[in-house]
Amino acid sequence: MASMKVLGIESSCDETGLALYDTERGLLAHAVHTQVAMHEAYGGVVPELASRDHVRRLIPLLEKVLADAGATRGDIDAIAYTAGPGLAGALLVGASFAESLAVALDVPALPVHHLEGHLLSPLLGSEPPAFPFIALLVSGGHTQLMRVSKVGDYELLGESLDDAAGEAFDKTAKLLGLGYPGGPALAKLAETGVAGRSKLPRPMLNSGDLAFSFSGLKTAVLTAVRKHEMSDAEKADLAAEFQEAVTDVLAAKAVAACRQHRLSSLVVAGGVGANRRLRQKLDGALAKIGGRVYYPEVELCTDNGAMIAFCGAQRLMQQALPDRGDGAFAIRPRWPLDELRAQASS
Amino acid sequence: MRLLAFETATRRLSVALWQDGELIERAEDLPNGGSDRLLPWVQQLLAEAGISLKQIDGIAFGAGPGGFTGLRLSCGVSQGLAYGLDIPVVPVATLEALALAAAEPLVWAVLDARMNEVYAAAYAVAGDAVSELMAPICVPPAVAPAPTFSGGTGVGDGFATYGDGLRARKPDLAQVRADVYPTAAAVARLAAPVFARGAGVPAAEAQPIYVRDKVALTTAERLARGGVR
Repeated sequence: MASMKVLGIESSCDETGLALYDTERGLLAHAVHTQVAMHEAYGGVVPELASRDHVRRLIPLLEKVLADAGATRGDIDAIAYTAGPGLAGALLVGASFAESLAVALDVPALPVHHLEGHLLSPLLGSEPPAFPFIALLVSGGHTQLMRVSKVGDYELLGESLDDAAGEAFDKTAKLLGLGYPGGPALAKLAETGVAGRSKLPRPMLNSGDLAFSFSGLKTAVLTAVRKHEMSDAEKADLAAEFQEAVTDVLAAKAVAACRQHRLSSLVVAGGVGANRRLRQKLDGALAKIGGRVYYPEVELCTDNGAMIAFCGAQRLMQQALPDRGDGAFAIRPRWPLDELRAQASS
Repeated sequence: MRLLAFETATRRLSVALWQDGELIERAEDLPNGGSDRLLPWVQQLLAEAGISLKQIDGIAFGAGPGGFTGLRLSCGVSQGLAYGLDIPVVPVATLEALALAAAEPLVWAVLDARMNEVYAAAYAVAGDAVSELMAPICVPPAVAPAPTFSGGTGVGDGFATYGDGLRARKPDLAQVRADVYPTAAAVARLAAPVFARGAGVPAAEAQPIYVRDKVALTTAERLARGGVR
């Protein structure tokens, strides 16, 4: 097959990402606009404002990506976009634009699962892992362990029963008065504190399965915060203990998944994957079992269009070109990732 | 000149193909949105007219005010088609399309904006020419400013929800037609002269007109109202 250029469009939450990926030359260009500053004053993502911003950003970002790649709109051979899961309004903006652009350019449109994008993002790096591998997806919206046998074949091994790890970081940061988004600020504060001075539980550490639960941890922090007015040093100690608790559980379960499946490659994706303490623990634990941890490039840890373009390209290379169809499309704000396997094998 | 037009600001979704004044249209009541309809309708209209998408000269869409999700559906589809075809876009005020669709000389155009508010504007209509008498606003029906013309027609689903309150604001309304919706055909008729004088905009500049711009409270505002962090 001749090389193909796939446009990737991501708009599932508060980042607008566009990218152009070439099936032979790799990633040609990508651009991301993050709305973090816009949502900061509201203490969290306001879905309506997120949708409005995507509408403003899509074409300017697309023009930048095309210019950076030295390409024109006529060079686009397929358009991959995030169809879910995510905020319905935000997804609809990217989907409407992608599907109609595909009709206008007479190229296929490829709806992509947002988490599949994250899952495969380490494959965009210079030293991609080989299949099969275990993947730990940790972000503000998800905490999941998956077995990845090949592109399109994902088995959910365990996930959070309540809050996502990143959500727990953000909520705990809020309780400690660290603003929004508080996860990175909490991790920074944790570096100045000492874990273990105040004790927090390690939820489900010994549950015997690969499930997680983080809402109780957040409640334990709330109880500690309410007990008495905390000094800055005490807050730092609590932050350190919190980070230690979350990363203990994440690392233990990720290693358990590798052992159970006799796999020595662990892929870590999602925003929390940038946490230094988590990386230390995972790197150490995998080294002990003769394995290795693979992370996406730093700039591809957050939501981005490159991973979506990459997923679309993988699908193009695996399957015959889909028919253009009649242009009907649907977004899937809730979309379990393991449904993809059924789709791929059908 | 050939134009494609979209209007999805209300529950009545429609797409129209305008060819030198000749109009064909697809429309349906779809309260839950129409992402599975719009582009198939486009293909049907093109097939019916025996032309290809590449022969389209411009895209028009009802830019609002109206349901936010619907506005973005039409805007996103318009952006994608216009960018891909490298042709201009004309955003049209949805209430203006509503007035033209009603085909009454004096129109108080009012759409239900939910949350106890309406989008309202007033127009004088003569043939395909619509002149704005009162610009679109978002306001509780109980304090909606009445148009200054005497008599006239109250138009739009705002009258279905808040008919009594709105009539109280303007007791001399000659009639009310709550079942008229803005249509893509009306959008196309309003956009045609704009395209003809070369006043279409690039796809990137095609944006919804929300009118309601305060959609959330900042943390500071919540605290000022006695809320919690």
